[in-house]
This record gives sequence, C-alpha cells and structure tokens, in this order.
Amino acid sequence: MNKEKLSVGKILVYLFLIFWALTTIYPIIWVIQNSFKAKDKILSNSFALPFGELFTAANYRKAFGNLNILGAYKNSIFISFVVCACVVLFAGMCAYALSRYSFKGSGFLYSLVVASMMFPVYATIIPVFTMEAKWGITNTSSWFLTMISVILPQVAGNLAFAIIVLVGYIKGLPIELEEAAFMEGCNAYQIFFKVIVPLTKPSFATVAIFGFLWSYNDLFTQMFFLRRPEMRAITRLLNELTSQEGTNYGLMAAAVTLVVVPVVIVYIFLQKYIIKGMTAGAVKG
Amino acid sequence: MGANIYKNKKPALIFMIPAFLFMIVYLYYPFFMNIFNSFQQIKTLGGTSKGMIDPWYWNYAEMFRDVNVGVSLKNTLIMMLVTLLGQVGMAILLAIMVDNVKHLKGFFKTVYFFPIVVSATALGLLFNLIFLYDKGMLNQLLETFGRTELIDWKAEGIALFTMMLPVMWQYVGFYFVILITGLNNISDELYEAAYIDGCTTIQKVRYISLPLLRNVICTCSVLAVTGALKVFDLPWTMFPKGMPLKTTFLTGTYMYYQTMEAKNVDYGSALAVLIVVLGFVLSKVVNAIFKETDY
Repeated sequence: MNKEKLSVGKILVYLFLIFWALTTIYPIIWVIQNSFKAKDKILSNSFALPFGELFTAANYRKAFGNLNILGAYKNSIFISFVVCACVVLFAGMCAYALSRYSFKGSGFLYSLVVASMMFPVYATIIPVFTMEAKWGITNTSSWFLTMISVILPQVAGNLAFAIIVLVGYIKGLPIELEEAAFMEGCNAYQIFFKVIVPLTKPSFATVAIFGFLWSYNDLFTQMFFLRRPEMRAITRLLNELTSQEGTNYGLMAAAVTLVVVPVVIVYIFLQKYIIKGMTAGAVKG
Repeated sequence: MGANIYKNKKPALIFMIPAFLFMIVYLYYPFFMNIFNSFQQIKTLGGTSKGMIDPWYWNYAEMFRDVNVGVSLKNTLIMMLVTLLGQVGMAILLAIMVDNVKHLKGFFKTVYFFPIVVSATALGLLFNLIFLYDKGMLNQLLETFGRTELIDWKAEGIALFTMMLPVMWQYVGFYFVILITGLNNISDELYEAAYIDGCTTIQKVRYISLPLLRNVICTCSVLAVTGALKVFDLPWTMFPKGMPLKTTFLTGTYMYYQTMEAKNVDYGSALAVLIVVLGFVLSKVVNAIFKETDY
C-alpha cells in the first residue's frame, strides 16, 4: 500500500492540485516581475521576465521617493508590534486567572469574553471613534496619540480570541509545577511569569502571530483613524494609492511587491505557527 | 493542594482588570452605544447627537426604502452562496484530493494557505492589475488564445463576478487547512477496513470521509456565511463606493459608505445593527440545517 500507483485518475488529481497551486503562486510572481517594467510594457508584455531591455528600477525609485513607503512601514510595524505585545500580556494574565482561580461568576465572565467575539468591528467603530475624539486622541497632529488611537481598538478586538485560545491551553497544563513553585515560596505573580508563561510559549506564539498579522492587514480601522498622510500605515497607503495613482501601474506593482514580499519571507519561515495561529483564530474571521 | 495556591483571590482580580477594562470600554460600551446611536440624529463622525430622530425608528424604516440596502443585501447573499459553494466546496474537493495523494502534501498546504497571509488591500491592487481593461493579465492571456475583443471586467453585468472571484480565491486555503486537519483526525483503521472490504476511493470518500467531516464542514459553513457579511478590504479596494453605479455594495462596504462618504452616521449605525442581527440569525440557521439532516 505504500507505493503510489499512478493511474489516469491520479494524474488528473495531481494536475488539478498543481493548477490550484499555480493560481495562488503565479499572481505574486507576475506582480513582482512587472514591478520591474515600465507601464507600457506591463500593458503589452506582462508575461515576459524583466531582463535586458524590459528591466527598469524606476518604479521603486518612485515608490521610495514619492510614497513615503518607509514611513508607512514604520507606522505599521509599530502599531502591530504594540498590539501584539498588549494582547499577549493582557490575554495571558486574564486567561490564567480564568483557568486557575475558581470564584463566583468566573463562568459568567468567560461567557462575556465568548460573547464579545460576536461583535463585528462595524458595530463598535462609530462609538469608539466618538469616544476617542472626546479624549482628543484622534485627528491630532501628534504621531504618538494617533498611533494609540488605532492600537487601542485593535487590542480590544483581538483579546477575546486570544483569551479563549490561551484558556484552552492553560487548562491542559499540569498543576504540579505550580504547586512546586508555590512550595518554593513563589507568589501568584511569580508563578505566572516564571512557570505559566514559559510553558504556554507555543500558544502565545499562535496568538501573537495572529494578532500581528491581523493588525498589519486590517484596513477598516486604519481608514477611520489614520487620516493624515504622514500617519498612514501600509494598507492605508495602498488604499490611497488606488485613488491617487490609479493609472500608474508600474508604481502599483512596485508598492504591492514591497508590501507582499516581507510577508512572504516571514511566512516561509514561520508557516507552521502562522497556519496554526490563523486557523485557531477561525472563530474570529 | 492546588486550591491552596489559588485561595487568595486578589491576584486574580489584578490579572483580569486590564483585559476586561479593554473589553468593556472598547467592545461592550460601544456595542450598546451603537444601538442607541441608531435612534439618534448624528451627522458628523465623532460629533454629538442632536437628539432623538423623529420618528425613533426612522433609520430602520429608511432601510426598506433604500434601494442600496436591497442591492447590498442581494450582493451579500450572493457572496454567501459563493463562499459556501466556492470556498468551502472547493476546499472540500482540494482537501479530499490532497488526502488521497502521497506526494507534495506539505507543499500544497503551504501554497494554498498563502493568500490569507497577504493583506486583502494588496491583493485588491494586484487584482486591479490582473483585471485591467487595456490590458491586464487576463485580457493579455485571452489575447494570446486568439480573442480579439477586450473584456471590461469591471462593467456592470460582470462586476460582481470580478469582485467575488478574488474574495473566494483568497480564503479557499483557510477552509482547506481546517478540513485537512479534520481528515487527519479520522482513524486509519476505518480506511483499512474499507480497503479490505474492497471499497473504491470514491466510496471511501462518500461513506467515511464526508460523514465524519460533517462537524468540521458545519463550522466552515458558519464561518463562511458570517465572514461574507464582514468582507470589506478587497471589495472596497477594487470597487470603491459601490462602483459601477452603486451596484457592488455589500453590507460592510455600504455601512462604511454611509458613515464616511455620505456622512449619515446614525444610518451607518443602524446598518451595523443590521449586520449584527443578520450574522446572528444566519449562523443559527446554518447550524440548524446541519443538525436537522443528522444521520
């Protein structure tokens, strides 16, 4: 049974699987090769590789020169990193309390967490904006406050999912290690940081990766809070590009490449955790 | 013994405060405030209410009069069918195929999942280039196959197709991974028994894999249906403001349009309530469908 017999049916199956694989890989290769071509070549000869006469780096010079793509990167990475760190810390602490302490109402608190997953961002964004406008952290010229105004709702949006994943994991840990630490004289805080956190690392990785990618790719929240050009994060910049430079196809290809390639590289190295993280976040969507 | 460590409940409180503070301030309060807002008069984002709208149910009555609500509900419904049949269906097909071959399994999983990691906004730009009228990737490809006429992929009749194809394509891999995990959980002994009884591969799939995947398929369907209600990035990047002629609105993009472009903030809130209600009802419906035909 170990050797695969190649019948006509099997070959068709392989062909179909490879066809679907091509639909997911080829568009990316296509956009990368076209990012090195001038506009008229993209429109007439997009399947050729950009060698010899076809090659130009002008799109990239323009992307770095006019678009402030590095600034957008800086904003994006700052936002996503802080969101990810806050989610991991707060969700970790909360999940630990919910899974180890038994007290009246803990079941109710957990169901509050689960219920909050049902709130789509559409249903909360307007009051959140009003609230932040009252605090004076939206629409200001302060870079830091503007970043905070995006970070806070994104943290809240990720907490529930993270708590649910982490509770599932922490409940499965043997309590003996915590008992041993307690005998050694550790208090609850020390137990959390020295015993629980190291043991829960794989699950933290899942949650962190999901939070980071979700925040990095989330256009909707950015559309509301990042209005000023110098504050734009990467997806917001791309969105702006369609309306302002909609016909500059070379520049668009270069911008897409600049956004996608780092993600591809990270994905290749961390795919195991990423796939796990994104599907554990299934319930979130 | 374990109880001893956790007898003192004060740390629990401190551990939970930050997370619950976030959830109350940024999820629960806004959620209920949004319902309240949908009965108010608010014309600027971030502005204060000018009091109760008259009559109080105005925004909800408006939904029935608003042609665009009809359009976006119709489009969202089509989107749900596309995600159910296209995404989940295609994912089932791919998962079963991959489960039955020996080589390249890991490669297929990596590659199929890949589009989900990329931001939908970037994919929107990419597909704009692919579907370009004069001439993007597809029209160039058709030309090499001998077609002389260019297709305007964003024209009225075909725009919905152009919008939904990338959305469908992006998330197939997501359901694929969930389903393949489900397939891996099916015990090999069942397949061996079937093999000894002389089952063909098709019988094996029909009588073992699919029935045992039932719950996983149910989960995927709920996710696909509720996901379709929330799609925003890709449609908004490819077809901003419901163009052409407001025919491509979805519930999510229409809510954004009313709030940000048309400055009807209270009406936008009411549309958000509609999204919540639809999501809730539809996930119940999908669950019920899968339960009823139990065997």
